[in-house]
Amino acid sequence: MLRALVLGLLLLPVTAGALGVLAPAFGIFPALGYRSVSLAPFADLLAVPGLTRAVGLSASVGLLATGTSVVGAGLIAGVLAQGRWLNRMARWLSPILAIPHASVAYGVMFLIAPSGIVARLIAPLVGWERPPDLLIVNDPAGLALVFALVCKEVPFLLLMILAALPQVPVRALGIAAGGLGADRLSAWWYVIWPNLYRQIRLPIFLVLAYSMTVVDVALIIGPTVPPTLSVLTVQWMSDPDLSLRMRGAAAAILQSGLVLGAILFWIGLERGLRALGVRAIEQRVRPQLNTLRPIGWFAAGIIGATVITGLVMAAEWSMTQSWMWPDLWPRAGTLGHWQRFAADRDILAETLILALGAATLAVGLALALLERQEDLPNWALYLPLIAPQVAFLPGLQVMMLTFGLRQGIAPVFAAHLVFVFPYVWLTLAGPYRAWDRRFDAVAAGLGAGPWRRFWIVRGPMVLAAILKAWAIGAAVSIGQYLPTLLIGGGRVTTLTTEAVAFAAGGDRRLIGVMTVAQTFAALMPIVIAITVPRRLFRNRRGMLHG
Amino acid sequence: MASTLVLADLSVTLRGRTLFRLSETVRAGEVLTIMGPSGVGKSSLLAAISGNLDPAFSMSGSVNLDGQDITGLPAYRRRIGILMQDDLLFPHLSVGQNLAFGLAAKGSRAQRREIIHAALQDIDLAGFYHRDPASLSGGQRVRVALLRTMLSEPEALLLDEPFSKLDQALRQQIRSYVLARAAGLPTILVTHDPGDASGRVVTLTSRSQAA
Amino acid sequence: MTKLGLALAAVLPVAALAEPSVADWDAVVEQAQGQTVYWNAWGGSTATNDFIAWVGQRVQDDFGITLEHVKLSDTADAVTRVLSEQQAGQTTDGAIDLIWINGANFASMKEAGLLFGPFAEQLPNWAYVDVAGKTVTTDFTVPTEGYESPWAMAQVVFMYDTADAVPLGDMQALLAWAAEHPGRFTYPQPPDFLGTTFLKQALVDLVADPSVLAMPATDDVYAEVTQPLWDWLDALTPNLWRAGAAYPQTGPAQLQLIADNEVDIAISFSPSEASTAIANGLLPDTVRTFVLDKGTIGNASFVAIPFNSGSKAAAMVVANFLLSPEAQAHAQDPNVLGYGTVLAMDALAPADRAAFDRLDLGIATLSPADLGPAQAEPHPSWMTRIAEDWQTRYGQAN
Repeated sequence: MLRALVLGLLLLPVTAGALGVLAPAFGIFPALGYRSVSLAPFADLLAVPGLTRAVGLSASVGLLATGTSVVGAGLIAGVLAQGRWLNRMARWLSPILAIPHASVAYGVMFLIAPSGIVARLIAPLVGWERPPDLLIVNDPAGLALVFALVCKEVPFLLLMILAALPQVPVRALGIAAGGLGADRLSAWWYVIWPNLYRQIRLPIFLVLAYSMTVVDVALIIGPTVPPTLSVLTVQWMSDPDLSLRMRGAAAAILQSGLVLGAILFWIGLERGLRALGVRAIEQRVRPQLNTLRPIGWFAAGIIGATVITGLVMAAEWSMTQSWMWPDLWPRAGTLGHWQRFAADRDILAETLILALGAATLAVGLALALLERQEDLPNWALYLPLIAPQVAFLPGLQVMMLTFGLRQGIAPVFAAHLVFVFPYVWLTLAGPYRAWDRRFDAVAAGLGAGPWRRFWIVRGPMVLAAILKAWAIGAAVSIGQYLPTLLIGGGRVTTLTTEAVAFAAGGDRRLIGVMTVAQTFAALMPIVIAITVPRRLFRNRRGMLHG
Repeated sequence: MASTLVLADLSVTLRGRTLFRLSETVRAGEVLTIMGPSGVGKSSLLAAISGNLDPAFSMSGSVNLDGQDITGLPAYRRRIGILMQDDLLFPHLSVGQNLAFGLAAKGSRAQRREIIHAALQDIDLAGFYHRDPASLSGGQRVRVALLRTMLSEPEALLLDEPFSKLDQALRQQIRSYVLARAAGLPTILVTHDPGDASGRVVTLTSRSQAA
Repeated sequence: MTKLGLALAAVLPVAALAEPSVADWDAVVEQAQGQTVYWNAWGGSTATNDFIAWVGQRVQDDFGITLEHVKLSDTADAVTRVLSEQQAGQTTDGAIDLIWINGANFASMKEAGLLFGPFAEQLPNWAYVDVAGKTVTTDFTVPTEGYESPWAMAQVVFMYDTADAVPLGDMQALLAWAAEHPGRFTYPQPPDFLGTTFLKQALVDLVADPSVLAMPATDDVYAEVTQPLWDWLDALTPNLWRAGAAYPQTGPAQLQLIADNEVDIAISFSPSEASTAIANGLLPDTVRTFVLDKGTIGNASFVAIPFNSGSKAAAMVVANFLLSPEAQAHAQDPNVLGYGTVLAMDALAPADRAAFDRLDLGIATLSPADLGPAQAEPHPSWMTRIAEDWQTRYGQAN
């Protein structure tokens, strides 16, 4: 019953959304008087100048970002797995993961734009009187977009690798491979990685689908002539010429097909690489990959430095009154932007109500299912995450309205739950199941009923995992842009919708405020999740690794 | 106090394969030792008796304690204490809180504390109330775990290889200690080490599965 | 559940208050009391956001209306919303009560029957509006017919940094300047509103006889009339910022480019935007503005009410308040918004007029005389076709 409810929550919105987009894509749009099936919207779509380029961009950005992220995360994990660094770094990954995509994109922009801080530092040395007229952000090939995505996806994949590591006998495999003459990094790539890869495959597909269809990051830092297909789709879906909705719907379907095609291409790539690897092993090549180690350190350093300096720059802009090229420091500072922000308490309140509410409910649902030892199929969990949001949210909006669900915070809450729940489940289910059930048997033997066992034994013992899942859920909710915008009908304003609204104005000071506020809101829960169990169990050595 | 544990035609089946079929009566103060190679179903037997059998298994027959059929009762109502090969002290609670968890809910807070302090003194661990279980030695932990079980006033005791992780020197000492404490309860001890065996011994073998 | 929903749906329209009639203004004001107006307006500028917050405070104090500013990054989002609601059959209490709108968005909403009205010309403060002197009854040549109410005037000006550039008299001069200073001029990327405005301005300035632009763009004349524009753009594009491989996405994004000294000239649709931006630190104080010798195009900004708003009375009260001399003078203050008023000065009481006279327009704002008369907007069909062709020619960097 509960399981059916949760499956419904995950699958219905996607299905309803897909149906809602199918009708206009095939020419049916009663509001404008189109009532018969036709392929005209697709013909119209194909005739759009630059479409091929936009489609190619979506594919190349998605594949390049995913490929770089996977190799980068694998290399960093391989280098770090050789010391105590991996677990130390693990502590920092969840916070980085919590930072919303838009914030990272803005951070990258503040940093590497021709008028960014890096250029300002170089300018006096090379005598630039003006920022160099270079295509560094919004470049037509989307390389800046790829870089911003990689900064965000590498930490995500690292976290997935860390979660999968205990299921792979890393030490044993490493020693065995070492005995056969492979150096440590080669042992990692040739022996350990293939075992690991199986576990992180779905997250990789998720990264691929996301990178191909992202809207907010592409709007901030992506190419513009033309933009990616997802940005075009949103433009058509919101064009004043209402008949363009049909072209947008057709584009949404093209988008889904493109994602599917990219995933198939990726699977082909996996096969090819596996064959290559096997051949290398069969030919008794003794790869010495340890020389690549500095690259791993370098990649980790660049990503960490970019994210952190980007946020520091955002903080600086948020307190700026006036900051002109080529100054390294604002000419005049002000707290006015923050005062104005603080005066508008609704935004913060709605953001937090949504985030904490959705995360709490998702954790509750996940716990209830786990307590009943129910399982959920992976495909159902990943469907709402892999299905492009631009493809099914507009259809979902129409569907919700049709069934009398009025705009406002409640439908947005439900929409957020669709995206929050899978992350909560994926974070929580593993640690929860890994909990030693013999504790339960012993507690029952001591006469404790189910509630007492949950509240006094199991709950506290998995508290760290519960809080972490809750925090990640909250961060996911805070980062949602399209669901809040489309399902909320504009009546629901969160830090993220505000941040993207300010992007249109290009005022870096407001963008700075929103970036910092958004990051802070997303980080608070994760800080709570990390510190509370540590404080609570500071005198309990047996809880430290838990 | 004078309870008797009766297993009447108790059998456990996994995917149509019967693991064992057993009828035994264990009187108060008696120890029944179950032996046999691993995978033969020793742990499933204990799980079936204590009410913790995984839903993947199915069981038939009945378990009687003190004349009452407890087969249908949930684990926490069966009044059967378990001791496993790991002490399974709750790592987030102090030693004292672990003991208090099983202590029957009667008396005032102060009285209950008094009982625990006295009990700790009894096992030579006076002043350990606030200690982190992780800071105890292996032998100390087994003693606390046993004490925790005894304070919950069970009417039968199941021991699942409770000594297998202790070193030889400690092993005999703890073993006689545990069995002495368990005196007066019907006790089932599962082990694959003949040296641990005590009282009547039943050996589960693959042959007995044929039934 | 479904039955209950249907029952409610059947009852609600009856239960709801009757449509407010603008003719009985006292009743409108009374009905507006306690209503909440969701005003969907572009939210990308602090100045606009602050002005809207001020309006919210004033209508709360005077009329007991709660005004919520829904900050849009694109007005079309609001159009989408109303359209979805219409598709879904939601004919009452829609999400949007008031939209800041004009041009193509207005044309398509009006055509699709998504707007409430006519109401604008019956508003009490309509009496002050400069109907004769300002383009307040047509929006991009489309007659407003009372379906939207004006609240600010806009006219094209060019901002330039006096440290690096000089005023230019026409589009050919701009082209020549760009050739001498490659990489230092750009314009917002169409279909952004200001980007298409730039193209229109160029077209109006380049064609020999602009009167043809008042007529719809037919196939017979389109190619010939627009040829000078394409020739001009072909020459200009290689000398644009980033050689035309990237464009600022909106008007305000150009301000940042000037502040960063990336470009020296930028188009604006608000004569006092530069002054306001200097005042709050966005632009260096060396920026000034100029208009072209033949003049520049101008139009009005409007507010409209969707057909399914649940707070039409309050929305009309807000629209009327925006036309009040108090709100208009506040909006024209460059320290606030710096938008041109839609009112006729000679229709105002002397005290109200004095409030306008007292305003210091700001160091970078041209006087009304220097600004000159506004040129007429071309028919919307020109803009649609030009934006599409721009996409084909320049929207896909090679």
